[in-house]
Amino acid sequence: MKNIYFPSSEKDVKEMLSEIGISSEDELFSSIPEEFRLKKPLELPPPMDELSLFKHFKDISKKNRTDLIPFIGAGAYPHYIPSVVDYLSSRGEFLTPYTPYQPELSQGTLQVIFEYQTLISNLTGMEVSNASLYDGATATAESALMAWRIKKGEKILVSSTLHPFWRETLKTYLKNFSIEIFEIPYREDGRIDLDKAEKLVDEKTFAIIVQSPNFFGVIENLKEVSDFAKGKNILFLVGVSEAISLGLLKPPGEFGADIVFGEAQSFGLPLSFGGPYLGFISSKMDFVRQMPGRIAGETVDRNGKRGFVLTLSTREQHIRREKATSNICTNQAWCALRATIYLETLGRKGLMKLAKLNFSKATYAKGKIGKIQGIRIRFNSPTFNEFVVEFEKPLEPIYEKLEEEGFIAGFPLSKYYKDLKNSVLLCFTEIHSKEIIDRFVEKIGELI
Amino acid sequence: MKAKFLSYEEPLIFEISEEGKCAINLPDFDVPEEDIGKDLKRDDIPDFPEVSETEIVRHFTRLSQLNYCVDKGFYPLGSCTMKYNPKINEKIANLEGFTEIHPLYPEKFVQGSLEIIYTLEKLLCEITGMDSFTTAPLAGAHGELTGMLIIRAYHMSKGEGRKKVLIPDSAHGTNPSSAHLSGWIVEEIPSNQYGTVDIEKLKERVDETVSALMLTNPNTLGIFERDIKQIAEILHSKGALLYMDGANLNALIGIAKVGDMGVDVVHTNLHKTFSTPHGGGGPGSGPVGVKKFLEPFLPVPRVEKKDGKYFLNWEKPNSIGRIGGFYGNFLVLVKALAYIISLGYEGLRETAKRAVLNANYIRKKLEALYHVPYKSPTLHEFVCSDKNFQQFNVTTLDVAKRLIDYGLHPPTIYFPLIVHGALMIEPTETEGKRDLDLFVSAMEEIYREAKENPEVLKNAPHITPVGRLDEVLAAKKLVLRWKRK
Repeated sequence: MKNIYFPSSEKDVKEMLSEIGISSEDELFSSIPEEFRLKKPLELPPPMDELSLFKHFKDISKKNRTDLIPFIGAGAYPHYIPSVVDYLSSRGEFLTPYTPYQPELSQGTLQVIFEYQTLISNLTGMEVSNASLYDGATATAESALMAWRIKKGEKILVSSTLHPFWRETLKTYLKNFSIEIFEIPYREDGRIDLDKAEKLVDEKTFAIIVQSPNFFGVIENLKEVSDFAKGKNILFLVGVSEAISLGLLKPPGEFGADIVFGEAQSFGLPLSFGGPYLGFISSKMDFVRQMPGRIAGETVDRNGKRGFVLTLSTREQHIRREKATSNICTNQAWCALRATIYLETLGRKGLMKLAKLNFSKATYAKGKIGKIQGIRIRFNSPTFNEFVVEFEKPLEPIYEKLEEEGFIAGFPLSKYYKDLKNSVLLCFTEIHSKEIIDRFVEKIGELI
Repeated sequence: MKAKFLSYEEPLIFEISEEGKCAINLPDFDVPEEDIGKDLKRDDIPDFPEVSETEIVRHFTRLSQLNYCVDKGFYPLGSCTMKYNPKINEKIANLEGFTEIHPLYPEKFVQGSLEIIYTLEKLLCEITGMDSFTTAPLAGAHGELTGMLIIRAYHMSKGEGRKKVLIPDSAHGTNPSSAHLSGWIVEEIPSNQYGTVDIEKLKERVDETVSALMLTNPNTLGIFERDIKQIAEILHSKGALLYMDGANLNALIGIAKVGDMGVDVVHTNLHKTFSTPHGGGGPGSGPVGVKKFLEPFLPVPRVEKKDGKYFLNWEKPNSIGRIGGFYGNFLVLVKALAYIISLGYEGLRETAKRAVLNANYIRKKLEALYHVPYKSPTLHEFVCSDKNFQQFNVTTLDVAKRLIDYGLHPPTIYFPLIVHGALMIEPTETEGKRDLDLFVSAMEEIYREAKENPEVLKNAPHITPVGRLDEVLAAKKLVLRWKRK
């Protein structure tokens, strides 16, 4: 098989070798001691031509089921992606450059980051956003560490309705710092129990993290949590896993949040078995020097013309090394590009309508499901596009029967919440037509 | 609007926004339209753009044209391995069977995805000679963090509270930063006159308080650390481990296995060695490989196989835990696997050979005019200093900016820190002799210009949409988002 990615001809190679003054390519590796050189070929599959390769992977992809209807969110949301997002983001000029280290050659990427930062700031109601983080889970950890740098302390309060995977990631990241994580349970209505938080908070506490809409889809009373945080003089951090909700709900910034972070997969990124997704983080301007990751800023060139550069790099690892605000280098720039195209395509009215559509579909489904005997809606607080339902009977057989009907009936909760037996977290978005919702609900009714 | 060579001055989208426009028609409400109530509902999204679809497409098309990229030309950023990104891998990763799959579907419905992860981890083991791999880390630095957390968990499991990580002064900034984030104190190890780790100094510094050395090999000067096995022995004799930063693995694939060199943990960058596109700053992927004794500490979940079925194993009591939301940047893994399978052993080996050939060819051609401070043989990249330019009062930045006027992307500059005014050049294997010669002649020409007309360098670049940008102003007077005037 010919390596089609080598432009040099055999004649070129010979000329280059003779220019260097050696006779074979093997001599190029003389600095690698003989004992390390491979003695036998690597045992890899035989190389493939393009057609065979495509067929091979298509066959593997068919082992995944694409014919099922997902009523599942839990941190990764099925949404429709406008055609311009795929079309524009697949341009080589966006896909194949490096991080914009040479701004004069990267004004496209840099302006996109600047627009992205503006969109995220305005959506979350915060003053400043960075260029992106890996995903919602690592954004949680980065936000907690940022809060810790701003306001030293030893304790952080975390709502138990913060996404379980985000809490686990937070634990992994904080394990080697002297920071203790205290989980605040939820109340009967699915919101954070601030009475419990009141008992745990002390002078060593530096921050509280809540998610809204929380993992149960419940919209938190951010005013209450904010008042609590301000009263205790601790930082107020808000996580968002379903970013579409920002099109409908009052932004966390309006409630005095100090840092707003989360997952923006809903903004134009396909489900893709979990990645690549898009972590975001935004904060008050006062804290910008403690922010992790890349930030683009506006400046002028030597003729006074507007341009964009990466800025505040003295926070970053390539300058500050072990004293950097984060080790992040490569982030999710291309995912942030997709989010930017997505949000600008929807625009102000579009995003607000889409969010309302999500809310209305879920509200419709909730009303219908709530009427089925043998099922109850677990929490009576307002929800966005997800909610928890509890079955009287064991969940598993019903869940499997629904699978046979082609439905993924949400995310079973008992593994992560011991007291939520026979409960699932259901999700409804614009992709679910009334007809499909009706069929799903009808089927649940039949199976109970 | 002014246009030059069909490249436009493109306003910010906010500046062309007009109320009432929209670039997509959303479906109508087929269920009752619900109102969430004024306590929770936001009134508006301030300064959110409203444009038509035509405007969106032109906006991003024009912005894209302000970028330089690998698809356009030579991109010799040292230690970044900006190789060509094969298009078939994109087509494969865009298959609906990969993109339309929710990460929380029951295992029986995602056997294809699990097969991809499982197979890639196995192939990376074979390529590197490590015993076990995790593809969960989301970028190179994330891999470093994962690797260092694994080492931490290992020492903890032996009841040892070791304090320090040693890192050569030539290392990438993410190394000390990742070590710090894993809870270690960082100590720098000086390089010797050959540009490699000073073994004697290392011996003095390694004791029972040292947890690991983070070594990049080939290092950031492009030099192979010949003494790597001895380095490993020095560390192992005191119970410390050897972490290898595999950012430069492109020089070794199919040539040598790091597992044979005494390495205990290695990370590799799929967006470098394994050809996945860098996307203007991610998504990347930084899989981590370990030796058998460290396997229990790998992050959860692990993808395993039993009776011909793949499954996610969470039952790993010694695991460092979860390091991210799901199972890594999955579509990046698909592309990397497609790359490995398309090339096979011979193709990968040829890749390393051509990458090293190209770098040595440029070095040979440039050495007369550009000072190469470390004379040791180099592999896939090499580093020049600004020594020969000081006499003209010209800086590395000037040289880099002038290269842009020749239609080329500059090399990595001012890194590694141990070389004054460093220019770090990595051509990769996907450049042909013609492109290398173009680069060489541009560099020669720039040297001549520096001597005869340094002003043309100082004011470079001249042909770009914007001239040299004021980075000091950007950091001093922070404008980090658009605001209505």
